[in-house]
Amino acid sequence: MRFRYWAVMVLALVSAAFALDGQIGIHDPSTIIQCDGKYYTFGTGGGGLISSDGWTWERGASRPGGGVAPDVIHIGDRYYLYYATSTRQPQADVHMIWNKTLDPNSSNFRWEEGGIVASSDGIEDCNAIDPAVFLDPTSGKMWLAYGSYFGYIRLVQLDPKTGKRVVPIDKPVDIAINCEASDIIYHDGWYYLLATHGSCCRGADSGYNIRAGRSRKVTGPYLDNMGIDMIKGGGKLLVGSSGRVVGPGHFGLLDLEDGVQKFSCHYEADLDRGGASVLDIRPLLWKDGWPVAGENFKEGIYEIESVRTGTALEPAVQGVPVGGGRGGGTGSRGGMPRGSGGGAVGGGAPGGRGGMDAGGGMFAGVGSVIPAQDVAQVSKDWPTGNIDVRLSNYMIQAQQKWTIAPVANAGGYPGSPYFKITIAGTDRALAATNDAELAAVTAFTGGPEQLWRIEQLTDGTYRIMPKAVPNSKEPLALSAVGSSFATLAKFDPKSDKQRWNLKTP
Amino acid sequence: MMINRRLLAPALGVLAGAAFLAIASAQREPRRDPANAARGPAPTLMRPATPTKAPDEEGFIRRWLILDPIGSNGLTESVVQAAVKKEYFANQFTVIPHDGDKVNVEGADLTWHAVDTTLYNVNLYHFAYALGKPTSNVLFWVVTVVDCPNELKDVRLAIGSNAASVWWVNGKEVIGIYGDRQAVIDDGVSKRLTLKKGPNIVRCAVVNGGGATDFCARFLDKDDSPVKNFAVNLGEAGK
Repeated sequence: MRFRYWAVMVLALVSAAFALDGQIGIHDPSTIIQCDGKYYTFGTGGGGLISSDGWTWERGASRPGGGVAPDVIHIGDRYYLYYATSTRQPQADVHMIWNKTLDPNSSNFRWEEGGIVASSDGIEDCNAIDPAVFLDPTSGKMWLAYGSYFGYIRLVQLDPKTGKRVVPIDKPVDIAINCEASDIIYHDGWYYLLATHGSCCRGADSGYNIRAGRSRKVTGPYLDNMGIDMIKGGGKLLVGSSGRVVGPGHFGLLDLEDGVQKFSCHYEADLDRGGASVLDIRPLLWKDGWPVAGENFKEGIYEIESVRTGTALEPAVQGVPVGGGRGGGTGSRGGMPRGSGGGAVGGGAPGGRGGMDAGGGMFAGVGSVIPAQDVAQVSKDWPTGNIDVRLSNYMIQAQQKWTIAPVANAGGYPGSPYFKITIAGTDRALAATNDAELAAVTAFTGGPEQLWRIEQLTDGTYRIMPKAVPNSKEPLALSAVGSSFATLAKFDPKSDKQRWNLKTP
Repeated sequence: MMINRRLLAPALGVLAGAAFLAIASAQREPRRDPANAARGPAPTLMRPATPTKAPDEEGFIRRWLILDPIGSNGLTESVVQAAVKKEYFANQFTVIPHDGDKVNVEGADLTWHAVDTTLYNVNLYHFAYALGKPTSNVLFWVVTVVDCPNELKDVRLAIGSNAASVWWVNGKEVIGIYGDRQAVIDDGVSKRLTLKKGPNIVRCAVVNGGGATDFCARFLDKDDSPVKNFAVNLGEAGK
């Protein structure tokens, strides 16, 4: 049996590393919700965080009541917020309050009491904390899940018009055990129960990890990938400790639509922030019907490959074969000496290797390691001005490798900062042009047309969008058009045109 | 370098639906190398039989004027760019030729042929083979005239070619694709452009290394759907 450690953290941490920026200290964050263009999340102990872009956060969200682990939902013109109080766990109550805005500077900002919507008496097999609200998109019904390690995670129905119990005396439905910080989401015909297993509140010794089960009915049973019911302790791992962060917990869905889903959580300990508990936002992917935690995009050198075409983004310059061309041809046969191919094209070995001496001849190579292509050498003949951008068969050539790096103090979007995309080893930057096309411009200037929003879609591919397109108010995404050309176009979540693989070369 | 009108241009209607290229060309060039003698009709190319030709259901342009092939060697970007920028005949980038027109390129008379293709693509191998012309290490100049009833903004020329090709719309270079490649639909796509009301000139040079050679072309709208509300009208050029 574990009880929540009632810590009220006042953290004012500024990120120097590659994670959310600003003041992100929080424990048990509520589902991130938007209000009047800003993002809000509330945590244990009162208060919460606000962000104008989802990347840089600051303290300032406000709620009364203290208590632990709130959750919030927006229905109609109301924001319903649920939080739990207790003087002696597992005796606890879930309270509801509501507001017409989350902006504390608004004249409409006023929390109204909604009363207690669920309780545990200290004896029954439940600890009524960690509320999570869910509006079923298929039925319009509203549900509250709650509970912690003392007994069951329970489910009761709420009235979306009032935020209160539909029938206060209805017996709750037990849906899971041996977990806390539950949440329910709906995806493709299934209800998913996300719950946090392991111990909390021990810094880097916390075993928190988020697990999932699914059911065709909101009331369960929620089975994991091995068919084990979560009410018997089942749960498929969604995310655990990794890298420099320990103990993720308190899943919250952030659906940005158009195939972009993210989830919020806190880490019990961010080692780069002195082991403090901090907020994070990460991509939510789906594989074989199960949620998978994606990684926020990291700085590096990448091939940018179109899912539509399988070809790679590059400036429209003449490529040079890595290691130099092979003799005997014009370069028209993928390096094969003319006349040797018997009609074969694309560099394939004509007729296989039959009769060839493996120790020599045309397939023997140069006899030494061929180094990676030096962009300084091959770029000597590139045009000096802006260069069009196109797609081409990836040949490991210098112009096909892009350095993608975060840009400091340029803002961001939920989970990530804006990035610049430059040809590796140069300052040539990918930019949106005045006619909504693309160019590799001579130098990175920091302009919004050179800042890129890179987000992982639910299938694991990426959407790449400039922060702004000159002369356009419409958000546009990097798009393959045809096999060999790239442009900017409105994102179509049903198409592969704007989906990209970012591969390490 | 001069252009001669062909003297015995057959009337379009007379040869409606008939494969034509090899026969006509063989008659005009009686002293051809036997290895390059005309080999019979091009199976996928027809003489135009109507005044205009609409694009097909997928938007592919099926009527073109093609010049007999010119020798060329190399498919890399720099080689192809040099090849297509070389002046082979007068007004190379502006002329709207007529079926049967001749130009003299390095001492040889080459003929423009108006063709309709029965497929979405134009098989240049069929074209040259039927004429008894070389099919490898050659450059084909190709022209068509797209007649638009209205101005069409934000369209893209989308082409595929075997092998390299460079394309111009109304005199502006809009696409270049290079290397040994197959004719994949929409392989090369232009930036957004405007087709003006009335005739618009689409011109290309296709450079082949060896083996098969062909091309296809269409226009796409802002949603990447085929543009079909125009007609190819070679006008006097097609006669």
